[in-house]
Amino acid sequence: MRDVAVIGVGLTKFGELWDKSFRQLIAEAGSQAILDAKIEGKDINALYIGSMSSGRFVEQEHIGALVAEVSGFSHLHIPATRVEGACASGALAVREGYFSIASGLNDIVVVGGIEKMNDVGGSQATAILATAADQEWEAFFGATFPGIYAMIATRHMHEYGTTKEQLAHVAVKNHANGALNPYAQYQKPITLDTVMKSTMVASPLGLMDCSPVSDGAASIVLCAADKAKNYTDKPIKIIGSGQASDTLALHGRRDICTLDSTVHAAQQAYKQAQIGPKDISFAEVHDCFTIAEICAIEDLGFVEKGKGGSAIEQKITTLDGTLPVNTSGGLKAKGHPVGATGVAQIVELTMQLRNEAGKRQVKDARYGLAHNVGGSGATCVVHIMEAM
Amino acid sequence: MKEGVARFWRQIPQRYNFLGNQCQSCQKVFFPPRESCPHCRRKSIGKMKELKLSGRGEVVTYTIIHVGPEEFEDQVPYPVAIIKLEEGPQITAQIVDCPVEDVKIGMKVQSTFRKIQQDGHTGAIYYGYKFKKLRQE
Repeated sequence: MRDVAVIGVGLTKFGELWDKSFRQLIAEAGSQAILDAKIEGKDINALYIGSMSSGRFVEQEHIGALVAEVSGFSHLHIPATRVEGACASGALAVREGYFSIASGLNDIVVVGGIEKMNDVGGSQATAILATAADQEWEAFFGATFPGIYAMIATRHMHEYGTTKEQLAHVAVKNHANGALNPYAQYQKPITLDTVMKSTMVASPLGLMDCSPVSDGAASIVLCAADKAKNYTDKPIKIIGSGQASDTLALHGRRDICTLDSTVHAAQQAYKQAQIGPKDISFAEVHDCFTIAEICAIEDLGFVEKGKGGSAIEQKITTLDGTLPVNTSGGLKAKGHPVGATGVAQIVELTMQLRNEAGKRQVKDARYGLAHNVGGSGATCVVHIMEAM
Repeated sequence: MKEGVARFWRQIPQRYNFLGNQCQSCQKVFFPPRESCPHCRRKSIGKMKELKLSGRGEVVTYTIIHVGPEEFEDQVPYPVAIIKLEEGPQITAQIVDCPVEDVKIGMKVQSTFRKIQQDGHTGAIYYGYKFKKLRQE
């Protein structure tokens, strides 16, 4: 396998982008990444696009070719493929692009991720997101997506003494980071009290424990590592890539509080990178709900199982902590346009490792880790990156 | 949920009567029934035997849903739980017939046949299982 590096990144602002269409968003992120990489259309060997449910959010399937078209590449007939794995669609697209270069087939690949979620109403968006859960044996009986994560939280509290206040600390930290990110949906710090008193959605999770419904797109350009320096002085190498699956329904899992897919995907990525969790300098993890970040830092091996809540409370994962987590603001504050999220995490890792993250820059960052989850843990993708 | 009628009809044995199955190789019980046992795999093909479950179990975890999907809006707040059935499988279902505050981890429950949801005022009505506190006998 050949080494693969990121040579360009592009990101739209995340948020409720009423004046921008699906097509505009992906074209904006893609063209930024292409300009950043200083490549031209003729250099691109393939496109991979991650999107969870363009068919239901904007009633458009077949978006691989559409993205090539809106990017101005139809006449080049570049192979364009859409990849889907619920909220992990973005990272899956990154992995497909990575494979296609690592295999030796392609030299330069553009990867995009997008979701335009606000063209449908709130209850419709909730129903579409619930398709990431088991429709026949969870959703049919009235379980919502926040409800499924809430059941992880209830059990985590029962087994490990995790508190609602510890959950709230995740939201406070991620909003503090989001306030430093010009691309974030929410760029405003919030207080513990605001989170604790927010409207209940599915107990113990309140509105401020949940990531928002967002529009946005992200894009990266991948290149064979041995050719990367022809395009940029700061290529960022993908040194580990792991992926794993589990049952669609939470009730089918070995343990309610552990995302085994995270454990397995992380093991693969660490093994390939030849490093361990203690070597990671900072991480972007899948905090679709506050409890998800607590499970993530445990299942990625940053802290012992059950100690995630206290680690958050002890501020280990804040921007100036020993292991900053979700420097971008995470899904919670940066926003969560589901198909874009996994790609946007790679954009954040690249910006940090290039030392271009501005006010939220992590000092002396060497290894960055990205963790993207589909559903309540049926799919997980982990990437580890390092500056070349 | 706007399921096709056939899609619901196929699952009536499970949703109405708790019909699961059991691997005759390792004796593990499954609900909903599976085509093969994930532990015994090829050894189990053709050896999965239908089994009616008791509908009794214990709450493993739960949540009170305050913001529900359109089909459940008139029921909020309602408890949803993961229940470990006596025979082994875990399932997701609503807890009914008690104040929401009474739902606890470890609570013993039994299934009850209820209306789950319906496709608008004129659409199909879907029935299935919910759970209530197990009566002490």
